[in-house]
Amino acid sequence: MSTEARKAPAPASKRKEPGQPSSNGADAPSASDLAATTPEIRRDLLHSMMLQRRFEERCAEAYALGKIGGFCHLYIGQEAISAGVMSMIRPDDYVITAYRDHGQALARGVSPRAVMAELFGRDTGCSGGKGGSMHIFDAKTNFLGGHGIVGGHVPIAAGVGFAIKYRRGNQVCVCFFGEAAVNIGAFHEALNIASLWDLPVIFIIENNRYGMGTAISRSTANEDVLVRAKAYRMEGESVDGQDVFAVRECMARATERARKEKRPTLIEMRTYRFMGHSMSDAVSGTYRTKDELEENMKRDPILVLHNKIYESGELTEGEMHKIDDEAKAIAQDAWDFADSSPEPPLEKLYTDVYADTTS
Amino acid sequence: MAVLTYRDALTQALREELQRDDRVFLMGEEVAQYNGAYKVSKGLLDEFGPMRIVDTPITELGFAGVGVGAAMVGLRPIVEFMTWNFALLALDEVVNAAAKMLYMSGGQFKMPMVFRGPNGAALQLSAQHSQAWESWLAHIPGLKVCTPGTPADAKGLLKSAIRDDNPVVFLEGEMLYNTKGEVPEGEHIVPLGVAELKRTGDHCSVITHGKMALVAMRVADDLAKEGINIDVVDLRTVRPIDVEAISRSVQKTNRAVVLEEGWEICGMGSQVVDFIQRECFDDLDAPVLRVHQEDVPMPYAKNLERAAKPDAGKTIAAIKKVMYLD
Repeated sequence: MSTEARKAPAPASKRKEPGQPSSNGADAPSASDLAATTPEIRRDLLHSMMLQRRFEERCAEAYALGKIGGFCHLYIGQEAISAGVMSMIRPDDYVITAYRDHGQALARGVSPRAVMAELFGRDTGCSGGKGGSMHIFDAKTNFLGGHGIVGGHVPIAAGVGFAIKYRRGNQVCVCFFGEAAVNIGAFHEALNIASLWDLPVIFIIENNRYGMGTAISRSTANEDVLVRAKAYRMEGESVDGQDVFAVRECMARATERARKEKRPTLIEMRTYRFMGHSMSDAVSGTYRTKDELEENMKRDPILVLHNKIYESGELTEGEMHKIDDEAKAIAQDAWDFADSSPEPPLEKLYTDVYADTTS
Repeated sequence: MAVLTYRDALTQALREELQRDDRVFLMGEEVAQYNGAYKVSKGLLDEFGPMRIVDTPITELGFAGVGVGAAMVGLRPIVEFMTWNFALLALDEVVNAAAKMLYMSGGQFKMPMVFRGPNGAALQLSAQHSQAWESWLAHIPGLKVCTPGTPADAKGLLKSAIRDDNPVVFLEGEMLYNTKGEVPEGEHIVPLGVAELKRTGDHCSVITHGKMALVAMRVADDLAKEGINIDVVDLRTVRPIDVEAISRSVQKTNRAVVLEEGWEICGMGSQVVDFIQRECFDDLDAPVLRVHQEDVPMPYAKNLERAAKPDAGKTIAAIKKVMYLD
């Protein structure tokens, strides 16, 4: 079964678009205007996705060598979502996510060196080696983690939205989680609050169809996860998460809704993970077949974008190889930096337990 | 000095801190229009408006998480739980998020917030509504835990808790809200982690916190009539815990009873006894005894409930035992 063949809600273009005939006046730009790309943007998107891919391929290698320990959840196959989403938000917006967080951090602009050093457990890591793979935090880019309890960070996103409203700001908070999180109480409590209080939060379900090894059909009574938006009087959209342009259009509508109407959105981004749930589990063979995996890999998001750019003729094959080479070089540089960085000094075991400040 | 109830002392602290810092807001069930389930937030909605005094749905996990998110980006939330019994539903946000955010982010994200509400047993509320949670919460590095027993401490500790840049668990006593005491006006601050000697005597130390501090003071007054004089060490905060104050007292009296509202196994008293055996081993003239709730869920029937709770009689018996008087 391919991603497209899956029973899914009508594509975004055929659904009622509450954001479009909006109250913002006839001259408000449409979502496709806002999401329109230039050759430069398309190149940046490809670069972001290639960097995530090449970086995480090195993560898998480092894990096999024992340089990365613990749990390590790779994002490979889902990169169009992070690249597309981050390309549509501002530096002063906020991002919060679950434990499959490396790709999103890179797409947000967190230093690849700092992310790799964190994975290697080094002093130079973005959390000083105290967080690891599941807890990438970066205050400079408003990247609020990296959270390891399924659904636990979804109410936190609502809290960030509350703070934006409290300060009368017009930022948004983007919150990523997997489709398995939609059955947990924290998700429902957060959606209710965000809608009840008109909070500018964009909740993104990355539906890769498996919560660890459990298919959505085995976990979720109604696979149309957008009914959960309706349940909380919230706008919802389902989008092909392998198509970075579709992701951008959908985000254009959601960010407009958050900034102008101060309303939250629930987005299902349909995707597929090409690796196991974490580095410690098989890519296929137990809960999904090799055939299914191979079928889905035909819609590799990088390939989808690559083909569009190539067909348009705006980048030659050679230029695209150059983007790939750059991505590989950045990943290698991150590896070298991490590998040569010192471990955290032992006295740091006891720092950051408490802040020693008061207001 | 004004005599206030514990409730009014808390309200005064909230009002003063809301006035002092506009990043501070109060959120919880029935805190605004209803004026608070226990009236601690009475009048605050009128004074500060609905953006700062925020009624929530019954959604403990949800609004605790909202507090965490707001604190992460620089606000200073006070999250009220109608009781700590309901806060169990929110513990993921308290323990896994608030307590660890600073550490797992390598010092990048502070959590300047307070989780507060009544803790411990009231009267005949039975098993699910009559529990003292401090030993659970004090177990967690990253949290601070306050247990004020008097109106003055309630005010002074709450002001410190709100100004602290760490997540502070603030355990009030349902049975304490109507108790009265002298409370200094205005800027009255009680630092976190400093115990207070509430009675002094040479014969035995009673180390306690929260509501049980009142029981211990009553016991001290009663025993004084028999010529027995005890130290009452009110810890006031159980994390950080004032080990020095405990040692100082036990090294003077050479005997100790640890009194708490919660259960025996892994209770706060277990920890205090551990500190005493390490710091005061050579000073002890008798084994340290503990007084605590019986090891049963709280029953409803009046007589059974009375039998389950720690009280003055059980405390006096323990003191006499460590003094070899019984």
